[in-house]
Amino acid sequence: MGFINSFKDSFYENFIAEDRWRYLTDGLKNTLLITILAVIIGIILGFIVAIIRATHDKTGKMKILNFLSKIYLTVIRGTPVVVQLLIIYFVIFGSVDISKIFVAVLAFGLNSGAYVAEIVRSGIMSIDNGQFEAGSSLGLSYRQTMTNIILPQAFKNVLPALANEFIVLLKETSVAGYIAIADLTKGGDTIISQTFNPFLPLIAVACIYLVMVMFLTHLITKLERRLAKNDKR
Amino acid sequence: MISVKNLNKSFGELHILKDINEEIHKGEKVVIIGPSGSGKSTFLRCLNLMETPTSGEIFFEDVDITKASIKEVNFLRRKMGMVFQHFNLFPHLTIKKNITLAPIKLGIMTKEEADKRAMELLEKVGLADKAEHYPTQISGGQKQRIAIARSLAMNPEVMLFDEPTSALDPEMVGEVLNLMKELADDGMTMVVVTHEMGFAREVASRVMFMENGRILEQGEPETFFGNPQNPRLKEFLSKVL
Repeated sequence: MGFINSFKDSFYENFIAEDRWRYLTDGLKNTLLITILAVIIGIILGFIVAIIRATHDKTGKMKILNFLSKIYLTVIRGTPVVVQLLIIYFVIFGSVDISKIFVAVLAFGLNSGAYVAEIVRSGIMSIDNGQFEAGSSLGLSYRQTMTNIILPQAFKNVLPALANEFIVLLKETSVAGYIAIADLTKGGDTIISQTFNPFLPLIAVACIYLVMVMFLTHLITKLERRLAKNDKR
Repeated sequence: MISVKNLNKSFGELHILKDINEEIHKGEKVVIIGPSGSGKSTFLRCLNLMETPTSGEIFFEDVDITKASIKEVNFLRRKMGMVFQHFNLFPHLTIKKNITLAPIKLGIMTKEEADKRAMELLEKVGLADKAEHYPTQISGGQKQRIAIARSLAMNPEVMLFDEPTSALDPEMVGEVLNLMKELADDGMTMVVVTHEMGFAREVASRVMFMENGRILEQGEPETFFGNPQNPRLKEFLSKVL
């Protein structure tokens, strides 16, 4: 009975008293907002970079853009995302008053874009060259072949890998607290700083991430199964 | 119609085509035979610039396509249909959309016109019932017939066939060759790289023997097969016939 009572007290203290649960729900809102917007930036940026890199590999054109893309990929993939976040907040926008959420979206979007780019590029390169040849033998331009024939197939092939990247991104946003954004992790932190009781807040935060990731994983599995079915047709 | 002058093609150190000079006239059915690695596929693929020649000129209806801009090349390719060994159908599209994609995207036909044309062509190749199927659902022979229909949708003036039956099960070779025969009878200009000697004998107006990047001998099928002159051709024919 003593254990259950102390759990009850602890639960009340950490989540119910002074509406502390709000730190978690507000934090979750910010986490989801940052993740979703960063995913959108990551997809757009990633596709652009992937197409530049693949076009360069296939045709030898776009030398300068390809060079810039390579620098982008090397820098982003070669440094920790926390450092990128801090540099963007304190160095690039250091002297400007700017929304922290915007900075986080930009940082995580830029970061995710690099990984999406390599995923999509591998998808494009995995499409048989005969598909390109068939398209151009019909008189389609490189761009028409790319958009109508190659990208739809490549996208389908890399969808599971892309979805995985977004799970990673969701968890990575937990470092947003470094620039004092009240995200989910920071929300748990705030509760601890008031109650001096780390156990329940941290477990609660971990559970919320876990449930979201399990939900996304479930969606991916469903998606993969549907794609596999389409392949057999 | 197509005129090739001093065509050379190298892949790095490998000299594949050596100073080829050739004319292909309207209505001709040219069949190119020869051992593997002789350059026959490369020669065919140079004709619509699937391969870029290392040197030399290729004229298509008096335009030097080796000096044409990308736009002009894309435009020329509409007039030169190509059929590949591995079909290269678009697996994410239905059979009908495989056929209508290019005419619609290139603005040659409206969707309705393209659909109508696709159904006519599917009728012609005997696969109208497969219109809404996907390429993975049909056999190799059917795929190749669809690939031919897809090329025909562009109303090409010449058709290039790159070993169209080499990837097929033996029992499916006949249906593809029969369709090609029909095309030939319709008067289509054709250049065919193949190992099907029966087809060459029956359909070709001219047979070419290539080896080592050169055309060693050519002629009408009767004299070509009946009375070959070049010792290498004699040896090759003795092995394949």
